[in-house]
Amino acid sequence: MTRPTPETLAHTARRARAAADPTLDVDQATTRPATPAVPAVRPSAPTQVSGAGSLVRSLEALDVDVVFGIPGGAILPAYDPLYDSTVRHILVRHEQGAGHAATGYAQATGKVGVCIATSGPGATNLVTPIADAYMDSVAMVAITGQVARPSIGTDAFQEADIQGITLPITKHNFLVQTAEEIPRVLAEAFHLASSGRPGPVLVDIPKDVLQAPTTFTWPPTLDLPGYRPTLHPHGKQIREAARLMAGARRPVLYVGGGVLKAGATDGLRRLAEMTGIPVVTTLMALGAFPDSHQQHLGMPGMHGTVAAVYGLQKADLIVALGARFDDRVTGKLDSFAPDAAVVHADIDPAEIGKNRHVDVPIVGDAKHVIDELIVAVSAERSTGRTADLGDWWTQLNDLRDRYPLGYDEPSDGTLSPQYVIKRLGEIVGPDAIFVAGVGQHQMWASQFISYEKPHTWLNSGGLGTMGYAVPAAMGAKVGKPDTVVWAVDGDGCFQMTNQELATCALEGIPVKIAVINNGNLGMVRQWQTLFYNERYSNTELGTHKHRIPDFVKLAEALGCVGLRCENAADVDKTIAAAMEINDAPVVIDFVVGKDAMVWPMVAAGTSNDEIMFARGVRPVFDEDDI
Amino acid sequence: MTMHTLSVLVENKPGVLARVSGLFSRRGFNIDSLAVGETENPDVSRITIVVNADSSPLEQVTKQLNKLVNVLKIVELDPQVSVARELLLVKVRADRTARSQVLETVNLFRARVVDVAPDTLTIEATGTPDKLDALLRDLESFGIKEMVQSGLVAIGRGSRSITAGPALRAA
Repeated sequence: MTRPTPETLAHTARRARAAADPTLDVDQATTRPATPAVPAVRPSAPTQVSGAGSLVRSLEALDVDVVFGIPGGAILPAYDPLYDSTVRHILVRHEQGAGHAATGYAQATGKVGVCIATSGPGATNLVTPIADAYMDSVAMVAITGQVARPSIGTDAFQEADIQGITLPITKHNFLVQTAEEIPRVLAEAFHLASSGRPGPVLVDIPKDVLQAPTTFTWPPTLDLPGYRPTLHPHGKQIREAARLMAGARRPVLYVGGGVLKAGATDGLRRLAEMTGIPVVTTLMALGAFPDSHQQHLGMPGMHGTVAAVYGLQKADLIVALGARFDDRVTGKLDSFAPDAAVVHADIDPAEIGKNRHVDVPIVGDAKHVIDELIVAVSAERSTGRTADLGDWWTQLNDLRDRYPLGYDEPSDGTLSPQYVIKRLGEIVGPDAIFVAGVGQHQMWASQFISYEKPHTWLNSGGLGTMGYAVPAAMGAKVGKPDTVVWAVDGDGCFQMTNQELATCALEGIPVKIAVINNGNLGMVRQWQTLFYNERYSNTELGTHKHRIPDFVKLAEALGCVGLRCENAADVDKTIAAAMEINDAPVVIDFVVGKDAMVWPMVAAGTSNDEIMFARGVRPVFDEDDI
Repeated sequence: MTMHTLSVLVENKPGVLARVSGLFSRRGFNIDSLAVGETENPDVSRITIVVNADSSPLEQVTKQLNKLVNVLKIVELDPQVSVARELLLVKVRADRTARSQVLETVNLFRARVVDVAPDTLTIEATGTPDKLDALLRDLESFGIKEMVQSGLVAIGRGSRSITAGPALRAA
């Protein structure tokens, strides 16, 4: 097999062009600092350009170093100035890949992820990643071409009302009306995407607007009179929260993805350690608090640890920080944490009280909230008000001892998927970024890999988008080229978006993919086992029975190295072999048993009190506990 | 559930009404009535929405509305201290024998006749929804051929006014 060079011809050519032109500085593009939200980075005197030129100049001024996209008719004018730009364009194979790559990039770096598509089908192919980014509050800007203004509304070729389509799944969206407004709209889009509660913003630009002559000036003046996110919490509410924290006997810090987005993980650790309060981190917050920390009870929710689920359920005080009481966490809402007073801090006021009644609402950025809580809690403690959490910890530790995360080896001699994932985490270590698809492998990756650092775990939490992993890993690797990036994917998910491995191979993005191949849509099969009398309707994929596709051959066809592992003895050395390869993407086909299930489990729609530790096994809680 | 009247000040831009009405349907609320028009500031439109909801879901939808970037301000109008009006145009069967009785009703409700045909009268009336309901009940016996109603518009009593606030003036 001819292994592709890490650098693509296209990118090499672009660097060569840049080297010939001293005004272009390619390397600067990758080393510039973050925070592109403030558009005042590089003032530019008025310059005559096309709308497309204005777009590309705006992206440069916003410190965008990379965009993911595919050209097409309506967006074509933008690709001409992009050809000479310092902005690196990564040509993906499907627009969905561009969208998830932008998300992966944003989640790994904390910067805004950018994707570009043409009108009509190009734009509609972005709908899933936009919805995904909306549910997980990811700072993404999607730029789409639109048919020329005179054609809008005529059912023109490749016309789709993408502004209308994305209305419910974007933080905001724009249909640009004139070339003059392009810099302002781009600056507003980046500001909206990255500030307050982050989210995707779509900018739809008609082709004739891209072609129109205009004047580019930077910085533009933002015009967002209705947008004023509250960052600083109300002091009275903070003091009230601190008072409750000082008095609670069974408190829990319920930490969500907002803490990661706010960069508040150091503060969180200080707050947790000074109060001794147990911490649970949601699926979106893994890595916000070290998994190995003694005060970490694990992940709450449907497949959370018994200690985390029980901890929330029996708490007398829940301090929610950047979390949203999602149904996967609360289980049946009516019976969730019946005795708990709730302090709910979130940057989005609409999240507060949306699902669960709140006693102390706090609107603010998690970093400010936590920093101010630390001060207020210190003040409480200086007056001698602290609660003894000894009994609470005794109960929780007892549960941790009795119901640790674990799994049974498959009785049929097949490879255990949990073992594979556990070993992957142990061998690769806590500095790598892990990106999961959606399903059983995602839950096992959340349970059996230890996340010690922020932004080392990326997944599709809210929307549950199968196919997220490969393109998101690609985006993460582009954003963090010096970090090892592993996708943990299922055989179902992998077949949805693996075409982006061709992009990775050609663009020099050496991601590593562990396909946990159980031959089935595993999570659906698990539900069929538990709730549909083992009637396995349409969950068998044939990747075992017929080896179609053969993932090793598929990997090789896509320009990657393909490896296969079918037994426990080979797991370590296969992972080690993959770790050795850094000049091409690697795919490992881990052929695992199909009957493994994700435990613990709170069945959908039931109370967290009904948590099952394993099939047919309910945890035994002491009478005192309940 | 009770009726609530929301005054929503929005940027006067294309598509804003779709954002607002779409949000209501997306979050499972039925809009009872909706009226939109320019305000004293041509950059600002005012949407008056009447919605039937309990107070806690209403708070949620209000918060979600506030998140729309084009929404500048939301005020719930208390019916005790606000004036609310709808406009009604109704075409009533009124031949020579019934015409004087119809006109009597029109006068009683301080409505106006705006068009006359040999067998119909078209009546214009403004008022609270209750008053217009009462008028319609009275006219029903003559035979209503066609009717059209505007959404409710409402404004607070007294000298205080709802404006978009300093944020917009600064912009």
